[in-house]
Amino acid sequence: MSLLNKFKKGLVRSKTGFIGRLDNLFGSGELNEEFYEELEEILVTGDVGIETSLKLTSDLKDEALKRKMKTREEVRLLLQEKINEILLSGTREEKTVEKPLIILLVGVNGSGKTTSAAKLAHLYKNCGDKVILVAGDTFRAAAVEQLEIWAERTGVEIIKQQAGSDPSALFFDAVNSARAKNVDVLIGDTAGRLHNKYNLMEELNKIYRVINRNMPGAPHQVLLVIDATTGQNAMAQAKSFNESLPLSGIILTKLDGTARGGIVIGIQDTLGIPVRYIGTGEKMDDLAPFDPLLFTEALLGK
Amino acid sequence: MFSNLAEKLQNTLRQLRGKGKLNEKDVDAAMREIRLALLEADVNFKVVKEFITSVRERAIGHEVMSSLTPGQQVVKIVNEEMARLMGEKQSSLDLSGKSPAKILLAGLQGSGKTTTAVKLAVHLRKSGRAPLLVAADIYRPGAVKQLQVLSDAVGEKCFSSENKNPVDICRESLKYAENEGLDTVIFDTAGRLHIDNEMMSEIKTIKAALNPNEVLLVVDSMTGQDAVNAAAAFNNAVELSGVILTKLDGDTRGGAALSVKAVTGCPIKFVGVGEKVENFEPFHPDRMASRILGMGDVLSLIEKAEASVDQAKARELEQKLRKQQFTLDDFRDQLGQLRNMGSLDEILNMMPGGANLPKEVRQMSLNEGNFTRVEAIISSMTKTERQEPAILNSSRRRRIALGSGTSVQDVNRLLNQFGQMQKMFKQMGSLEKKGALKKFKKGNKGFPF
Repeated sequence: MSLLNKFKKGLVRSKTGFIGRLDNLFGSGELNEEFYEELEEILVTGDVGIETSLKLTSDLKDEALKRKMKTREEVRLLLQEKINEILLSGTREEKTVEKPLIILLVGVNGSGKTTSAAKLAHLYKNCGDKVILVAGDTFRAAAVEQLEIWAERTGVEIIKQQAGSDPSALFFDAVNSARAKNVDVLIGDTAGRLHNKYNLMEELNKIYRVINRNMPGAPHQVLLVIDATTGQNAMAQAKSFNESLPLSGIILTKLDGTARGGIVIGIQDTLGIPVRYIGTGEKMDDLAPFDPLLFTEALLGK
Repeated sequence: MFSNLAEKLQNTLRQLRGKGKLNEKDVDAAMREIRLALLEADVNFKVVKEFITSVRERAIGHEVMSSLTPGQQVVKIVNEEMARLMGEKQSSLDLSGKSPAKILLAGLQGSGKTTTAVKLAVHLRKSGRAPLLVAADIYRPGAVKQLQVLSDAVGEKCFSSENKNPVDICRESLKYAENEGLDTVIFDTAGRLHIDNEMMSEIKTIKAALNPNEVLLVVDSMTGQDAVNAAAAFNNAVELSGVILTKLDGDTRGGAALSVKAVTGCPIKFVGVGEKVENFEPFHPDRMASRILGMGDVLSLIEKAEASVDQAKARELEQKLRKQQFTLDDFRDQLGQLRNMGSLDEILNMMPGGANLPKEVRQMSLNEGNFTRVEAIISSMTKTERQEPAILNSSRRRRIALGSGTSVQDVNRLLNQFGQMQKMFKQMGSLEKKGALKKFKKGNKGFPF
C-alpha cells in the first residue's frame, strides 16, 4: 500500500483526532513504556510543542511511579492537573485603570486580528462600555473597509485614516480623541506582520511607544492573535512579538475547526503568556473569555 | 530548538566513523533525531512515521562510503527520501483546452487566497496570458473591495457582482471574460472550514458548475499538525490539482508542505514569499526538503545573488581580489549590491541557521541604518583616502566623521571591519588555489553537511 493510501485510511479511522486518540489511550491498558510513548506522540500531534510534550510526559512518568499509580485513569487525572497548573500559572488580574482602557491586537497575516477586534468591541459594548475601534491596519488593501463594516454591525464608532498613512500617528490621535469623547475602551487593530521582519516589528514597537508616551501605562493589554491551526511556529511568533512589545495575552482564533490549539500550552509553559479569549466562528458573538479549566476538561475530561 | 539536523546527526553518528555498515542500533539513535526534527518542523506525525520507516530501511546495511561520515550518509538518504516524497520536479499549471482556462482557489480563512489570486494573475500575465480575477468571496466584509483594490494596483481586470450567490457570480464572470477577450479566469473564493458542511457543499457546487482546469488549495506554511485534516477534506470535496504554499517568508520550517503533499498526492505548484505581488515563485521540492530539515535554502540564496549581481562588475572585482587591490570604493559597491538582493532579513532567513540567530545578532546585522552610515562615511573620504586607507590619521578621521554626521568611533569601526575583510579575502585567495572555492561554487553538493 502506498504511503498516501495508508495515510488516508488512518485518517478515516481517527476521525475524532486528538481528543479521540486521548480517549482511546486512557480507555484501558497498563502503564508501560508504550503508553508514555503514545501519550508523547498525541501531545505533539496536538501541536502542544516538543519541549513541553517531552517535559509533561517525563514528569508524568516520574510522578506516577512515585505515587505508585496503577491505572491509566489516575494518570489522566494527573495530566489534567499538570496542564491546568500550566494554564493557570500566568492568569493575571485585570488592572483597573483610568479611562480609556487601551487594547492593541497584533499578529501575523491572516490570523484574524480584524475580526477579533470587532468581536472584542461587541463583547465590551454588551457590558455597557463605550467602545471605539481604531483601524490601525493601514497597509492591507480594504482592511479599513473590513473593520468599518464590522463597526457598523456592532454599532461602534471607528477612527480611521486613509490607507498607507502612518499607524503611529493614527494611534496618537485616536488616544486623544478617545479621551475627549470619554470612551471606556479603545480597541486597536494593526496590520498583519511576520515576526521575522525586522522593520515591521520596529514599526509595531513605535506604535507601542507612541501610545505609551501619550498615555503612561498604555496600551493596557497587548493581545497576540494566533490561528489555532498554527503549528510550532506559534512559539516563535509569541517570542518575537513579546520582544517587540510586552504581550499581556493571546487570542486563539478559529477554534471551530479540527485544530485544538495545543500550542497555547507550550506558549504558556515556556513564555508565561496566557490565553485570554478564544474565537469560535465568524459571527459577532463567537468570542469568549478563555476558561483554562474548561479547556483541559474538553481536552482530557470524560 | 534544532538549529541544524545535519549537525545533530553528525554528532550522534560521529563515533561510527570507520565502520563499514550501519547497524540497527546505530540507526535508531539517528532516527530519533530525525523524528523529533520533523515533528518540530510541523510534519504530521503519521507522515513522519511512514517516512522514518522508509529511511530506516535504506539506512540499515547501507554502505558507508569512505569519503563520507555515516552522519552525512544518513542525511543524504533523508534528503533524497524527502525530495522524492515532495515530488521530484517542479510542476506547472495545465491551462490547455477550451478558452477561458479556469483556476479555482480554495482554502481555510486567512490562508492568503486573495493576495495569492492577484500574485497568480501577475505571474500569468508575465507568461503571456490575459487573466481575469473573480471576487467570489461574498462573506468576509471587505473581501471584494480588497480584490478590487489589489487588481487595480497591478492593472488587472476584476469581476464582481451584486449577486449574492457565488455560483452565479462565477458563471457570470465567464461571459464577461469572453466579451473582454480574457483567456484565464482566477476565482477567489471565501475562506471556509473543512468541517463546515454548508460551505463545503458550496465549493463543490462551484466546482461542478465551472469544471476548472486547476483546483488549487491555498495553505498557510505555518500550519501545524491539523494541515492534513483540512487538506484531506478539501481534496475529498473538490479533488485538488495542486497546492500553493503561502507566507514562506516567515521563519517556519514548513513541514505542512510535506504533510499536505503526502495526504493529497497533489504537487505544490507555487509559493508566496512576501507581501508584494512579485513575491511569488514556482515551488522547488528539493529546496523545501532542506528547509524542513533546517538546513537553509542556500540554493535560493545563490540564485538571488546571481540575479542581482552585475556580472561584469563581479569579474572586475574578482581580478581585484586576486591582486589584493580591494579598496573602500569596492566595499561600497559591494554593499550596494547586497542591498539589491532584497532585505537583509530575507537573506538571513535563507541561510542555514540564519533564522535561529539570536535577536541581538540579527538586530545588529539587520539594522539597515548601519549600511547608510557606512556609505556616508566612505563617501566623505577623498579619492586618495579611499585608495589608501593607511593615510587616514586622526585629523582626517575627525573630518570624515564630521562630514558624514557620524563619530570618530564609527569611522574607526568601519576601518577595522574593512581591514578584517581584506584579510579574509587574502585567505580566500589561497583557498581558491586549492580548489575549495570551486567546489563551493558547484552547488549544494559541496556544502559541508
